Amino acid sequence: MRNLIAELYTSLVAVFALAVLVSGIYPVVVWGLAQLLFPIQANGSLIVQDGKVVGSERIAQNFTQPQYFHPRPSAAGATGYDGASSGGSNLGPTSKKLIDSVKERIDSYRAENGLPPTAPVPADAVTASGSGLDPHISVPNALMQAKRVARARGLGEHVVRERIKAHTESPDLGILGIERVNVLKLNIALDGKP
Amino acid sequence: MDSPGWIQLALFVGILLALTKPMGTYLVQVLDVDGKTVLNTVMGPVERLLYFLLRIDPKQEQSWKEYSFSLLAFSLVGGLFTYAILRLQPILPLNPQSLGSVSDHLSFNTAVSFLTNTNWQSYGGESTMSYFSQMVGLVFHNFVSAAVGIAVAAALVRGIARNSAKTIGNFWVDLIRINLYLLLPICLLYSVFLVSQGMIQNFKPYDTAHVVAPYTAQVAKKDADGQEVKDPQGNPVMEGVKVETQTIAQGPMASQVAIKMLGTNGGGFVNANASHPFENPTPLSNFFQMMSIFLIPSGLTYYLGRMVKDQRHGWAVWGAMAAIFLVGFMVCWWAEAAGNPRLQALGVDASSGNMEGKEVRFGIFNSALFATVTTDASCGAVNSMHDSFTPLGGLIPLLNIQLGEVVFGGVGAGLYGMLVFVVLAVFLAGLMVGRTPEYLGKKIEAYDVKASVLFVMVPVLSILGFAAWAAVSPWGLEGLNNAGPHGLSEMLYAYSSATGNNGSAFAGLTTNTYWYDTTMGIAMLVGRFLMIIPVLALAGNLAKKKLVPASGGSFPVSGPMFTLLLAGTVLIVGALTFFPALSLGPVVEHFLMTQSKAVF
Repeated sequence: MRNLIAELYTSLVAVFALAVLVSGIYPVVVWGLAQLLFPIQANGSLIVQDGKVVGSERIAQNFTQPQYFHPRPSAAGATGYDGASSGGSNLGPTSKKLIDSVKERIDSYRAENGLPPTAPVPADAVTASGSGLDPHISVPNALMQAKRVARARGLGEHVVRERIKAHTESPDLGILGIERVNVLKLNIALDGKP
Repeated sequence: MDSPGWIQLALFVGILLALTKPMGTYLVQVLDVDGKTVLNTVMGPVERLLYFLLRIDPKQEQSWKEYSFSLLAFSLVGGLFTYAILRLQPILPLNPQSLGSVSDHLSFNTAVSFLTNTNWQSYGGESTMSYFSQMVGLVFHNFVSAAVGIAVAAALVRGIARNSAKTIGNFWVDLIRINLYLLLPICLLYSVFLVSQGMIQNFKPYDTAHVVAPYTAQVAKKDADGQEVKDPQGNPVMEGVKVETQTIAQGPMASQVAIKMLGTNGGGFVNANASHPFENPTPLSNFFQMMSIFLIPSGLTYYLGRMVKDQRHGWAVWGAMAAIFLVGFMVCWWAEAAGNPRLQALGVDASSGNMEGKEVRFGIFNSALFATVTTDASCGAVNSMHDSFTPLGGLIPLLNIQLGEVVFGGVGAGLYGMLVFVVLAVFLAGLMVGRTPEYLGKKIEAYDVKASVLFVMVPVLSILGFAAWAAVSPWGLEGLNNAGPHGLSEMLYAYSSATGNNGSAFAGLTTNTYWYDTTMGIAMLVGRFLMIIPVLALAGNLAKKKLVPASGGSFPVSGPMFTLLLAGTVLIVGALTFFPALSLGPVVEHFLMTQSKAVF
């Protein structure tokens, strides 16, 4: 058996040599390729209006006014939707806090959207996402909000439904994942800005 | 459980099956010191340079004790390297957010966690770790701990395949070749693909977005000491906070995520891990991430078959893994699709399943599949919050970890774990028919069975011992996010995940405290090194034995009978051990959820 000193020398050199490869050269090469080939994605898919960053098309932003579609509830950070503090509620299925807040959200969702008191509500509308930054809502959720948005904007409901349809993303490759609507992109489109 | 789900499942299993042989064949080349791969022209000079710098002779093989010694020395130095980086974070470069030094207990926990391929995270990445700490302190271990796992599996397979041999390979050669020929090249292509899907890869400071429609959020009011202010009824007092901007975290994410998945590490760049829209932007990136967890472990079963010259044995092991995977997944999928009856009673649409903690782009199916895959393997990345799963949906990830993560399993760790169960299965079969057990021409004797039983007993003691300790200690209960049986599940999951070197969590549990960080750090070390050493001892002892030709009395290690016996051994050992603990956690919670109105 080689002695301890020799073994520790080899270990030390191995740590530094491999670190140069996997923690130095590798990420920098990926960075170069990413910036060259996919600069928009590599920098966060930012949406810029009038020279100002207004958000990322992949990160949920909150909307509370009736003329906008509302994203899913968020447990990220104290205010929710905090892009520097992602995370879910981590509440279990029999948690009092979870059940109380879902009840509250169902009541206000029905009230906002003029739904009868027994109408089933899409789960994604009243549950917090895993990241707290889920940019999407389900298609049924979007359609249930269409009437409210249309009325607040003085538009026909069919116009708003058309917009939803235009912003519905299909499953990837036709099969992976589910149909979904990007809330931020849809709201920006409704505001009529590019 | 809808038809698009079944089609995606068939696609996933089909592609995994199709990739097993090519990956296994490539592994045979990588894990042979004289093996020629397509990358020899590029990587050959780098490989020779590294041997020169390390002052090692690649032709000089090691006994199992020498192999273990090198592995431990390297792990020790690597662990100290990362500990130092985390402690010195403020004075190191690439820290645009000016994040401070990481505390001593968190640095210990994190260094151990990455060193052991666990990637348990008591911290949120975007609020704790600088780009340098992530890229150098953590990604380094993502590569090398994966390589160590594969190296140990290769050493064990060599032990099984060799005839009267004294050595089981050279640790340094395995470490270097796995990094150069396997992990680095795949990660390079894979990370660029991930960027194309919307993952970030940059070194700029976090962006501040001016939100489209500023609003007022209701936030719990805090006093000067940071404590929540309560009204006379004990409810938190809320105050309005105007929100006009949103911080968007940035960083060199794609290069880290590629190896995080391929090396079954699982440590997220950001707190929300693979549920974060940057860290897993699309269903397609999600599909690749799940596939890359299973890719090398599945290929290793083919490698096993090739090395022991019995390809049917390799496939029989694959079959046992696939069977446990599919059964576990279907239970999880069913439970999550059925949803939470408590919420449905309030008016949540029953057809939309349990969406708390899940992302719309993945839906129920891809969340349940990811949760099963990440815990079958010792990956631990999550694309949904396991803490918010239904009781039975959450039982599956927990049980998968407790079974020893031998269902494809961690890179290398899955195969060597499963081979220990093969030894036990062969031993049990031998007892049943009253013959000396024999595995691929090697007699299985007392020493081998003792090493295998040690391997099985160590995690049991660590998981149940530490979880029981936490459950009766103030420091343990203080960290809980949920009360009642779910609280016990949180603690049980934490120590299962730490000991199993998984890294996923019932993440409501706050573990960034002195006691949790320290005990979990110990559990991770126990679960890694006290398991690897018995495996290398087993490898050394098997290598020594003479191969005896198979006879009519040899127990066949291929075919459905063997597959069934192997899967049965894994399930019986795991289920019997953990059933009492599980029945106090997820099982009782299931009945409380469906049969009572109790809330916690």
